[in-house]
Amino acid sequence: MDTHRVLLDGSRLVVESCVRAGANVYVGYPITPASLIFSYASRRFPIALPAPDEITALQWMAGLSAAGYLPVTATSFPGFALMVESINMAYMMELPMLIILVQRLGPSTGTATAGAQGDLLLLDGLISGGYPLPVLCISDLKDCWLLPPVALRAAVEMRTPVVLLSSKEMVMTQASFDLSQLPEIEPVRQAFYHGPGPYRPYDPGDGLVPPFLPVGSDHDVVRLNASTHDRSGLLQHTSEEAMANTRRLGEKVEALTPVLYHLDEQEGARTLVVSYDITSGAAREAVKMLRAQGVPVSLLLARTLLPVPAIYYEVIDRYSRVVIAEENAQGQFARLLFGRRIPPNIRLVGAVGRMVRPEEIAREVLAP
Amino acid sequence: MSIFLTQPELPFCKGCGHHHVVRSTVKALEAIGVRPADVILVTDIGCHGIVDGNFATHTVHGLHGRSVAMAAGIAMGLPPGKKVIVYIGDGGATIGLQHILEAARMNVDLTVVVHNNMLYGMTGGQPSSLTPRGFRTAITPDGSPLPHHDLCRLVYEAGASYVARVLGVGDFSEVLRQAMEIEGFALVEVLELCTSYGVKWNPGLRLKALAEETGYTLGVWTRSPRPVFRLRAGAEEPLGPRGAGLLDLPPVEVRFSSLLEGRWALILSGSAGEGVQQAAEILARAAMAAGLHVTKKGSYPVTVGVGFSTAEVILSRSPIFYHGVHEPDAVVITSMDGLRNQQGRIREMQRGILWLDASLPVPETGAEVRIRDFRGHAGARYAALYALWMVLQETGILPPEALLEAVQGTPLADRIPRERFAPRGS
Repeated sequence: MDTHRVLLDGSRLVVESCVRAGANVYVGYPITPASLIFSYASRRFPIALPAPDEITALQWMAGLSAAGYLPVTATSFPGFALMVESINMAYMMELPMLIILVQRLGPSTGTATAGAQGDLLLLDGLISGGYPLPVLCISDLKDCWLLPPVALRAAVEMRTPVVLLSSKEMVMTQASFDLSQLPEIEPVRQAFYHGPGPYRPYDPGDGLVPPFLPVGSDHDVVRLNASTHDRSGLLQHTSEEAMANTRRLGEKVEALTPVLYHLDEQEGARTLVVSYDITSGAAREAVKMLRAQGVPVSLLLARTLLPVPAIYYEVIDRYSRVVIAEENAQGQFARLLFGRRIPPNIRLVGAVGRMVRPEEIAREVLAP
Repeated sequence: MSIFLTQPELPFCKGCGHHHVVRSTVKALEAIGVRPADVILVTDIGCHGIVDGNFATHTVHGLHGRSVAMAAGIAMGLPPGKKVIVYIGDGGATIGLQHILEAARMNVDLTVVVHNNMLYGMTGGQPSSLTPRGFRTAITPDGSPLPHHDLCRLVYEAGASYVARVLGVGDFSEVLRQAMEIEGFALVEVLELCTSYGVKWNPGLRLKALAEETGYTLGVWTRSPRPVFRLRAGAEEPLGPRGAGLLDLPPVEVRFSSLLEGRWALILSGSAGEGVQQAAEILARAAMAAGLHVTKKGSYPVTVGVGFSTAEVILSRSPIFYHGVHEPDAVVITSMDGLRNQQGRIREMQRGILWLDASLPVPETGAEVRIRDFRGHAGARYAALYALWMVLQETGILPPEALLEAVQGTPLADRIPRERFAPRGS
C-alpha cells in the first residue's frame, strides 16, 4: 500500500480501533482531556450515549455489558474516581468493558489541560482486597490503534473490566502519521453459553473464566452478583465455594492478562531506560541521542502495567543501572516495581506540570 | 409454589412489609403471563436485596443506590417484552435519586418498586430523605426535623409514565401489574413500617395514620404514552459502526520541499477566537506537504473562548518521538494575551527569534526580536496565519506557497484576504 500521510490525534485512532474491534456502545460524560474521544465516539460508535454523571456511565455500561454489549468509556481522574465502586462491581460481577483513563495534572481537578502520569498507583490498589485489575498503556500513536483490540479481547476473554491508560498529550497532540502502516483489526467475537442448564454464571469448569450468558437470555436464567457469591451467583457470607470464587477473580487476571512491551536491547549496554505512556517518546529520543554519541543503552517500554509482568524484573536484573522515566513526582512505576525502597542502581527521572525531557533521561544515563 | 419462586419461605423478619411486596410481585407476573426468563429482577442493597435466591427469574444484585442505573442499562439494551424490575429501599432511593430521575426522564422501560420503610433497616435504623418529619429513628430519637421528599411527585415531574403509592399491606398486585404492563418508566412506592426499628422507635404508630399525617398521599398517577428509550427495536437490528470511517482523511501529498535538516520548533501565541490553533494546524499540513514530520498541540485556558491561545508546532526531517518544546527556535506573538502567556518563556530565551506584533511592548529576551505589523496588516482574525506566512517568508523553512495551499480544504479557503498574502516586494 502507498503511504497515506495524514494529520491526526490519538483519540481518533483509539475510537476507530475500538469500533473495528467490535466495541458497540460508548457511554460518555465529558471531561478534559478525554472529551475528544467522546466526540469522535459519538460520530462513529454503533451506539453512543451521554450519561448524566460518571457513576451512571459505569452503571449503564455494566447493565449493557450484562445484556451482551461490549461498552467503552473514557474519562480522567475526577470522573474515574466516581467510577471506582462501580468498576469494583463490574469486576465482581465479571462484566467485560473497557475504561480509557486519560491522565491529567492532579491532585483533585488539578489542571485539566496539562498532562501527567499520576494515576498508576491508584490503579494498583483499585480493587478492594488487592485483586489485580488489567491495565494496558499506550506508548505512541501506533499503540492507539493496536492496543484497544487487545484490551477489548482481554475484557471479553477474561470477563472483566480492563483499563487502557493514557494521558493528555498522548491522545490530544496532533501528528503526521502514515495510515498505511496500520494492520487490519480482527473483531472480537463474544461467545455466549449454549450448554445444558442450569447455567451457573460463575462456574469456570476446568478453566479460570466462566462462560458468559447475557441477562434476559431465553436460554436460561442468569444471576449476577456484586456481593460475595457462590458459583450460581447466590449471596454467601464467606463459604468455601464463595471465597474460592473471589480468589479466582485475581487468579484469572494474573494468568491471562496479555503481556505487551517493547524491548530494544543493545549489545554491550549496561544501562536500561524504562518508561511508559507519554514519556516513552522522550525515552526513545534519549536512547537515540545516546546511541548517536556512541553510548550503548537499552530500552524497555511497558505496555502491560498491571499485573506487573515478571519479565520486567528479568530484563531489569540484566543491567547495572536502570533509569525509569515518568511524568510524576514519586516515580510511581518504580514504586510499583520495588515499593518504597528503591534499589540504589535504579535512577528516577520525573517531572510535574510538563513533559520529561530526553536530555534529562540522557543525563541520568551518563551520570557518574 | 409459583414458577417465579425457588422457595416459598422469604428471608425477611416476621411481619415485615417486604413479604407483601414479593407476593404481590409474583401475583402480578403470573397475571401478566410472562415466563421467568422474561423477567430480570435487579436488587439494591438493603434487606429487600437478599431476596435474589428466592426468585427463579434472572437476578442482578448490585450496589447501594445504583440499581436503577444498572437496570436502565439492561432495559435500554433488551428488546421489548422483557420485564426489568428494580427492588430498592428508601435509602437506595436517597443515595441514587439522580439515577431514578434520569431513568424517568428518559422513560426507560422498567418498573421500580421502592420499599419505603422510612429508615435504613440494615444498619440500625438511620433516617433517609424519605423519612417524614417527626418520625423517630435511632439517631433522631426526638423525631426527624425535616420533611421527606415526595418521591412519587418528583418522579412524575421527571417524566415517568406510571407512578403509584400504596400501603405495603395485603395484596397490591393489581397496581404492580399495571406498572409492569405499561411500556416505559414506572415507579411504585410501597409504604412500610420496619418491624425491627420503625416499630421500636415509634411504638403504637399505625402505617395508615402515619401516611395521612405526614402527607404521604396514596394513589396512581399516569400520563399519556410517550417514546420509550430503547437502543434497538429488536435484537436482530445490526450494530455496525456509524458514519464515515474516522481514518478516511484525505492524504497530504508531498508537493513542496524544505531545506530543514533537523528539528525546528515554533510557538504561536495570541488570543482565543483569533484562529491561532487553525493557523498552527495549517502550518503543520504545509510542513507535511513539504515532506516533513510534524506535531502540533494546543494550550488554552479551560474557558475556550477567552484569554490566550497557544500552539506548539514541531517540524522535523526525522520522526518525532518527543513532542515537547523546551527551547523554541521561533516564538510568534500576535496579541497581548499571547505575550502574557509566553512572557516567562520569552524571558528565558537565549537563542531563536521572537516575532512580535507591532502593537505590543517589547519584552526582555535573549532572542532576536523582529517587530511586524500582523494585526494592522491582516486584521485580528487572520493575524496568526499572516504571522506564520511572514515567518516562512523570512526564514525559508518552508515555501510560503505551501502555507497558502494548505489553507485550501479549510473553512478559511473562501474567506482569507489573499491580497494581503502577496510575496514581499510585489
